[in-house]
Amino acid sequence: MTDYQNIFTQTQVRGHIDYGVVEGPGDEPRYRITSTSHLLGRIGDAQIGPLYLGWSGIASLLCGFIAIEIIGLNMWASVGWDPIKFFGQLPWLSLDQPLPEHGLTLFMPLHEGGWWLMAGFFLTSSIILWWVRSYRRAIQLGLGTHICWGFAAAIWLYLVCGFIRPVMMGSWSEAVPFGIFSHLDWTNNLSLLYGNFFYNPFHMLSIAFLYGSALLFAMHAATILAVGRYGGEREIEQITDRGTASERAALFWRWTMGFNASMESIHRWAWWFAILCPITGGIGVLLTGTVVDNWFLWGAENGFARF
Amino acid sequence: MALLNFERKYRIRGGTLLGGDLFDFWIGPFYVGFFGVTAAFFAFLGTALIFLGASMEDTWNPWLISIDPPPIEYGLQLAPMADGGIWQIVTICAIGAFVSWALREVEISRKLGMGLHVPIAFGVAIFAYVTLVVIRPFLMGAWGHGFPYGIMSHLDWVSNTGYAYGNFHYNPAHMVAITFFFTTTLALALHGGLVLSATNPGRGKTVKTPEHENAFFRDFIGYSVGTLGIHRVGLFLALSAGIWSAICIVISGPFYEGSWIDWWNAWKNFPIWRM
Repeated sequence: MTDYQNIFTQTQVRGHIDYGVVEGPGDEPRYRITSTSHLLGRIGDAQIGPLYLGWSGIASLLCGFIAIEIIGLNMWASVGWDPIKFFGQLPWLSLDQPLPEHGLTLFMPLHEGGWWLMAGFFLTSSIILWWVRSYRRAIQLGLGTHICWGFAAAIWLYLVCGFIRPVMMGSWSEAVPFGIFSHLDWTNNLSLLYGNFFYNPFHMLSIAFLYGSALLFAMHAATILAVGRYGGEREIEQITDRGTASERAALFWRWTMGFNASMESIHRWAWWFAILCPITGGIGVLLTGTVVDNWFLWGAENGFARF
Repeated sequence: MALLNFERKYRIRGGTLLGGDLFDFWIGPFYVGFFGVTAAFFAFLGTALIFLGASMEDTWNPWLISIDPPPIEYGLQLAPMADGGIWQIVTICAIGAFVSWALREVEISRKLGMGLHVPIAFGVAIFAYVTLVVIRPFLMGAWGHGFPYGIMSHLDWVSNTGYAYGNFHYNPAHMVAITFFFTTTLALALHGGLVLSATNPGRGKTVKTPEHENAFFRDFIGYSVGTLGIHRVGLFLALSAGIWSAICIVISGPFYEGSWIDWWNAWKNFPIWRM
């Protein structure tokens, strides 16, 4: 009972490298750069690689590289190209969003938001190209596209903060700066300026799904590890042909809280909880300043806040 | 309630920690056990006290009901019922119910021949709660530093406590905790989505295998942690989120009283790049 709790892999077996299932028509070849790591093998799979890039992956990495260069070089320039100061002040350095007087214009001086707009354009292109890649890989390997739509939910929140809400507010200055403390300050100020985000019901939902995701993952992961001795981690096989691992996992929760998921439905709960976090969060940000000016006063009008 | 069609063969005696066979039975789908009795006792008493406390306040609006901790002046004493005593007993009931629930999970795990991962993970959540309402108030010398039990009132407490230390976004342990929460949610979406995409490839198509899952993730990001590994990673991420949340609040007050914004002056004054 106590000697096997499935926290680490105790014996590692090394076969030849698995280069992956057959590539479908229209695929470019995988990069067969591979390696193995003993430390990774203690926790999960020891094999690193191969990797597939394709045109969308290469274009995405290129755009991401350009975005990070624009942000990083602007930060470095702001400390007079001093490499020591760059690291010393890195948490405070920021590539700020355009000044309010530039509204939604696409052409403005580089140091008043032009660099920010370019960085945002390339970062957004990089993310959307990476989404295309997630979609194409799923299709080419014959899988469903569930991960792609989860990724799309995160992109929704990103676009609301950096594009959709600024457009609706009529100014790029509403968007998020690129910087460690500066993006935290932006978050903090959005809450203070619009009367306390804790009174925003969509923020409440988003936090509930964030905490709920941590709760669900702890419950699910712990359950699977606890039935590891019955092969519980072979979830696809357990879904298509229920074994004793699934039965024990289900009964554990049924006896504990009167309700249980199945080996398949727990992954639907997981997927919905995780994607609803950014979906509801994006709605909450989008309504702020566009529809609701003060969440505390809105709460008072609707009977859940009092002075 | 009807049993699941495979349930009867698992409903066997044994696995209890306390009480032998005395409480070794089910009510509907629920396993009881000794700790089921204590959990029910604490949950019922605590809930009743919350209703009692609410009846002594001026509102039945569920958003606004609040069971407040005693004023700071009472220090670590027991307070009168109407002045925070209810909060103190509700806290005892909550801890009693949570610990009973965890031990009941241990009994169920033992009965089903499972590992103890779930009760241990739940123990981390209980530890985070105890940090908020017992350890930190104790270290600061007053139960009044606990958070009030109410929907909006606990949000106000979080907001006020955060700004009492300047800006909680600058608390380094808070940064780590939030990063773990976001990463947990990302990993959960990836894991849930991957299993669903392999088992639901589209109408008329064959269900895929773990080899397809591995191929997708190796193609996508160059590494697949594997079917067993993702659950180890997921448990680590989720528990880390809870542990670092507890750390970020327990250091605020007992070990650091200033503004978290100023705390970063230590970084600024690091000898290599002192400005």
